[in-house]
Amino acid sequence: MAGAELTDLTVAGIRDGFRRGDFSAREVAEAFVAAVDGADALNAFLVKTPDHALAAADAADRARSEGAPPPLSGVPIGIKDLFATQGVPTTAGSRILEGFVPPYESSVTARLFAAGAGMLGKLNMDQFAMGSSNETSAYGDVLSPWRRGDGGNAPLTPGGSSGGSAAAVAARLAPGVTGTDTGGSIRQPAAFVGITGLKPTYGRCSRWGIVAFASSLDQAGPMAQDVRDCAILLEAMSGFDPKDSTSLDAPVPAWEASMSGDLRSKRVGIPAEYRMDGMPAEIERLWEQGKAWLRDAGAEIVDVSLPHTKYALPTYYIIAPAEASSNLARYDGVRYGLRVTPGQGGLADMYAETRAAGFGDEVKRRIMIGTYVLSAGFYDAYFRKAQQVRALIARDFEQAWEKCDVLLTPTAPSAAFALGEKSADPIAMYLNDVFTVPSSLAGLPAISVPAGLDGQGLPLGLQVIGRALDEQGVIDAGLAIEERAGFAAKPEKWW
Amino acid sequence: MANYIIEGDTGPWELVIGLEVHAQVTSNAKLFSGAATSFGAEPNAQVSLVDAAMPGMLPVVNGECVKQAVRTGLALGAEIHRWSRFDRKNYFYADLPQGYQISQLYHPIVGEGALEVQADEKNPDSAVRSIGIERIHLEQDAGKLIHDQHPTMSYVDLNRSGVALMEIVSKPDMRSPEEAGAYVKKLRSILRYVGSCDGNMEEGSMRADVNVSVRKANAPFGTRCEIKNVNSVRFIQAAIEYEARRQIEVLEGGGAIVQETRLFDPDRGETRSLRSKEDAHDYRYFPDPDLLPIELSDEFLSECRDSLPELPDAKRARYAGLGVSAYNAAVLTAEVETARYFDAALDALARPELANDAANWVVAELFGALNRIGANVEASPVAPAQAASLLRLVADGTLSKTLAKQVAEVMFETGGDPEKIVEERGLRQTSDTGAIEAVIAQVLAANETKVAEYRGGKDKLFGFFVGQTMKAMAGKGNPAVVNELLKKALG
Repeated sequence: MAGAELTDLTVAGIRDGFRRGDFSAREVAEAFVAAVDGADALNAFLVKTPDHALAAADAADRARSEGAPPPLSGVPIGIKDLFATQGVPTTAGSRILEGFVPPYESSVTARLFAAGAGMLGKLNMDQFAMGSSNETSAYGDVLSPWRRGDGGNAPLTPGGSSGGSAAAVAARLAPGVTGTDTGGSIRQPAAFVGITGLKPTYGRCSRWGIVAFASSLDQAGPMAQDVRDCAILLEAMSGFDPKDSTSLDAPVPAWEASMSGDLRSKRVGIPAEYRMDGMPAEIERLWEQGKAWLRDAGAEIVDVSLPHTKYALPTYYIIAPAEASSNLARYDGVRYGLRVTPGQGGLADMYAETRAAGFGDEVKRRIMIGTYVLSAGFYDAYFRKAQQVRALIARDFEQAWEKCDVLLTPTAPSAAFALGEKSADPIAMYLNDVFTVPSSLAGLPAISVPAGLDGQGLPLGLQVIGRALDEQGVIDAGLAIEERAGFAAKPEKWW
Repeated sequence: MANYIIEGDTGPWELVIGLEVHAQVTSNAKLFSGAATSFGAEPNAQVSLVDAAMPGMLPVVNGECVKQAVRTGLALGAEIHRWSRFDRKNYFYADLPQGYQISQLYHPIVGEGALEVQADEKNPDSAVRSIGIERIHLEQDAGKLIHDQHPTMSYVDLNRSGVALMEIVSKPDMRSPEEAGAYVKKLRSILRYVGSCDGNMEEGSMRADVNVSVRKANAPFGTRCEIKNVNSVRFIQAAIEYEARRQIEVLEGGGAIVQETRLFDPDRGETRSLRSKEDAHDYRYFPDPDLLPIELSDEFLSECRDSLPELPDAKRARYAGLGVSAYNAAVLTAEVETARYFDAALDALARPELANDAANWVVAELFGALNRIGANVEASPVAPAQAASLLRLVADGTLSKTLAKQVAEVMFETGGDPEKIVEERGLRQTSDTGAIEAVIAQVLAANETKVAEYRGGKDKLFGFFVGQTMKAMAGKGNPAVVNELLKKALG
């Protein structure tokens, strides 16, 4: 099989073809390593690790000859740079961690590698996962492999914060990748580049070894070409980890084996509050189309209300920065990463200079917001209030589950925008997360599935949100959409 | 001591004292990491990835530390909170790798309790006061900066970083330096009984932040100053005394006390301002999102309760019930090791009626001997069972008190068993009337003049005859029998 055909394969396709003996893991790894090498223009990878991918491939080939290859044998993947990878630089897209090489492996990557996957490299991202366009990376923008149909060739955002992850799958540089999602960082980029992204229930994937942004929201998840691949990868990534106190001590279901697009006896809720003023007609139409597909799959469509939706974004932009302001205090130049020592200065000067030089503007903005909302005199008005509203948002969902099994919404309020288009206006940027943030605040599983193209030929995604621990419900509804959407578009190679 | 006052130029002043005692929890591992906690390791030898706050590291609470805090709370008769939670206290310092300390501001694990403190522990008649405990919470210790290794740089040792501390906060119930000292000693004793803190103040396992204010009788509380990190009972008392006098001087000079944090300088015996309230950090406390709340089950609580040893006050009462003098009971219960020794000796002795004899022996003979050889009771060359044997030999008349002292001396030197020593050295006391009568006859024959004087009414010569008889018997005569037979012989 030729390299290009191999890199078009899904995770399942590689796994099964490898087992059948259609090709060796080495061939697959070499094809993806070459694809990665040929895609520097996208700036998706911060670090390339061909040796890791090839070594895992060789191990897979040996395991196959011995008869018992582990489940992800022969599958090379990309890892978002938020995951600490032993012996491989890990920067979280920030200058302040430049040169940092963890002496430890994150629990999620350790699980993936133990399942036989190899690592092609570390993927670019918004600095500390703070951003929705990948423009806050200290190591340059990631370019979406997609271009508008107007021939203007304006470079587009792959979304964020898992922008490198999204671009890598869309450009067929990796069949599957890890992402992390704090307020939409898996789902929005997946929607922007026409791939599938799954954020599991908070606590499904261990946070141990993932550079923290907002601890009560951060959750790892897979991004891949389709729903099945996400199910496969999530099974490998999930599981109780005693090293993470918020990890869920629950068995990991066989999502792939149980997957079904038959939604008879299922009820799909349409939250009224997600119909927003000024929402593009294309998004509206796609949402209607989604309803029709799910009805076709046997589901009953019901109207539901999530009355506190409009408070979700402000709540998120209090809680996430508050946690971040504390989580990022450890980057102080004392033990690792960047250290700037002014000539005559003392400890406080070292802190100030190091953090001024090491953090990007968006990170600083959020640290300042977070510091402010936790300050004496403001705590009750902001942080405490936000915690209370968060509980109400979670209750909205609880009440919705009395009427339906999953919710269907658009993933993002628009298709991918051009780089630079929103970077000057943080509020406009934050609005990208309007549909993804509420389920993050409630810790619920949600998937984004590519469902169509806009007038410019750019991908649009639909989101399915499910009950806590009901990844299966989300996967099944996602599959029902995928089967009916027949989304086969992919970007034309220009890089 | 409740009436302790300082006479100022404007009249008497009363002291108001509250203590925040930081006690290092006895556990093999730190509060949120698996790293070891022993004292005196090479710098940075006991540091896990979590303690160094590496990116992506997460805390996991050490159940042993939770248990120790709950046991301590139970020992202080305090309310145990079934639901508690950790908060982050945010501030930057080089000895604080995370940039925040994990502590419990809003929902501490232990609530209100009290400690009965006696002004003079060895005087059962001295006043007893109840000092309120406000709360006990768990928190992480910070690391340590080392400033003397490099001309322009400081080094950081993270061995202590993340070690579990209990902060035991008293109410402002103490009124004199002595009372504060007695409170700390009693608290230390209880912690050591419970085994939740080794109470080693020199190694920093226990240290106190001391809050001091002064006021005129019946006036409301004055503005307080907090003296940080005082690490001995003596320094705590000295710091309070100095600080109270300083405040009185300021107030009587027409000034006002500024609420501030101060340091005690033991070399100069004075306190110095560290930072004022205006410079105080805004710690931006908020619930730590990396940790779940601690919820305590009934089983866990009863496990904690069942694991508590007999505490000093109960032990004291039990000893008193066995006829041990109040003084002895206080001395024996002050340190858990002493009480353990005494209990073991009592068990081996198995004769409750001899409890006070045993207490006397431990307090007078054992302590004296240990003092001379500079050993603590745990390293005593005489084991509790051997002490019991010795006491039994006295009780059954095998040894006189004098002989017992000689045997004990040998025991302290050799660690040998008293029975063996008695046998080997022939130190057995004799009550053999025939043998004693024979010696008496010799003594009387050799001292005819004195016998005549005695018989002529010089009664006090009796002691002389006893002495001569005992001397002739090398101290082994049973004194009661000797007395009796002498009286008879001298008629």
